[in-house]
Amino acid sequence: MTKEKVPARQDFDQLNRDWFIDKAVQVLVFLGGISAIVFIIGIFVFISREGLGFIFEDFSFTEFFGSPNWRPTSESNPTYGILALVAGTASVTGLAMLVAIPFSLGAAIYIAEFASGKKREFLKVTVELLAAIPSVVWGFIGLAIMNPIIIQTFNVPVGLNVLNAGVILGLMAAPIMTSIAEDALKAVPDRYREAAEAMGATRWQVIYKVVLPAAKNGLLGAVLLGVGRGFGETMAVLMATGHSINIPTSVFDSVRALTATIAAELGETAVGSPHYEALFTIGIFLFVITFIINLSADLIVRGVRKG
Amino acid sequence: MSANESNQPQFAIDTDKLNLWYGTFQALFDVDLQVKRGIITSMIGPSGCGKSTFLRTVNRINERLGYVRTTGEVKVMGENILGPSVELVQVRKQIGMVFQRPNPLPISVRENVLFGYRLHADAGRIPRQEQEDIVESALRQVLLWDKVKDRLDAKATTLSLEEQQKLCIARLLPVKPSVLLMDEPCSALDPKGTEAVEELIWELRGSYTILIVTHNMAQARRASEECIFMLMGKVVEHGDTGDMFVTPKNKETADYIEGRYG
Repeated sequence: MTKEKVPARQDFDQLNRDWFIDKAVQVLVFLGGISAIVFIIGIFVFISREGLGFIFEDFSFTEFFGSPNWRPTSESNPTYGILALVAGTASVTGLAMLVAIPFSLGAAIYIAEFASGKKREFLKVTVELLAAIPSVVWGFIGLAIMNPIIIQTFNVPVGLNVLNAGVILGLMAAPIMTSIAEDALKAVPDRYREAAEAMGATRWQVIYKVVLPAAKNGLLGAVLLGVGRGFGETMAVLMATGHSINIPTSVFDSVRALTATIAAELGETAVGSPHYEALFTIGIFLFVITFIINLSADLIVRGVRKG
Repeated sequence: MSANESNQPQFAIDTDKLNLWYGTFQALFDVDLQVKRGIITSMIGPSGCGKSTFLRTVNRINERLGYVRTTGEVKVMGENILGPSVELVQVRKQIGMVFQRPNPLPISVRENVLFGYRLHADAGRIPRQEQEDIVESALRQVLLWDKVKDRLDAKATTLSLEEQQKLCIARLLPVKPSVLLMDEPCSALDPKGTEAVEELIWELRGSYTILIVTHNMAQARRASEECIFMLMGKVVEHGDTGDMFVTPKNKETADYIEGRYG
């Protein structure tokens, strides 16, 4: 009786509508999945093609990385040294981290360990909103609000400097760092907290002695992502640094960032000229740096999940 | 410990009309329990009967949840731990707890043993030799020293589950608690591990008052001196383990012990 209900063999081979839809969706999803890889390779190939001409022809390693003189438009003797630009980016990013780490760590600890229910949801949404503020708005804040404040408070001639950009960038990077750090703290199993509390640890001791050490990789990942953000940020930095080529000796010196240089100059160069290609070489440099930072952040965060 | 033996109360845990609510759900109803000092008392009963809740009230770890409300009295070694002036840190120093799933902290074996001690030690460094002594003595008490003495700096989470659970007991001992609460301490272990941990608990009786929650009736029977049977948040029967398993006074107890429900 039951044998007759089993479909005949050819039924299994029929390619019906569902089969085609299934295949089509599989292909689509696969394309979506690999698109990120395709794009990143495409971008890398593109900026390399534009920048490599410079590297092979006019490039001098010692000048490019060793000279603080970025004078690409000089008629007689153009020099392409990015040392001052690197110093500008690094000083702004460094200060930004000094601002962002305490803020984001504090916010993450509060959200993950203390806030509960509605307060927590509200804070999380607010932090995400903060991350969504366009960078040009931050730049505007730096230019229009921070600038006069810095001039008045510290009695300096220019308010567009490392301090200004560092603070702005720090506030920009803090939300994303908060999110990542909070995830890292939440990933610490609750039984560790329970164990420590049952032994008589206070809330702070639990955080300081158990949760933070257990989450340290995730927290480091958060900081690295913040650094990556700092290196890559353009608009706010362009507006708040003062955009003058300078190796800073104090936080009140104006500087110029790598990214801002590309943004400001690329539109005014002739396609294919050494200046144009030099800008793309900076692009390659930035790409490689942020790639390394993000990759190591990712590997570190992944390491936590595994361990 | 032995110096003031005489003026210590007879009961290690003494509750009076203990009621507990999780939000609006009442989990404990007028629990009056007297747990004798220095013996092993087991708590049995079907899932959700309130035995774990009771255990977690005794060191107030339940309060982590935030929506717990308690009325009544819980005296541990003669002092009401629910009183307004009670310092939680001291309560938890006095009362160690072992959880269902071994939960050593993700630090070295040595640091796990020293964790509680460091919390309760006065500020300042603990001399190296003292540290070594504490670690060795605690691990010896839980019969773990020979197995892990060469792995003191390994992460505690790399030990086997049985060793982890023993370590979780060991780390309670340096602060000299009077009561040890154990919430199904063997349920995550294999039979061999269960036997080893049970043996250890048996070894510790006398030095500590041990209250152990278990699902395993055979375990309650062989590893405890007194037994408490709970049902629906109430204490149904409390007595000598041997007597209770042979001649339960209560019909519900008899039904549960014979496996008719639970």
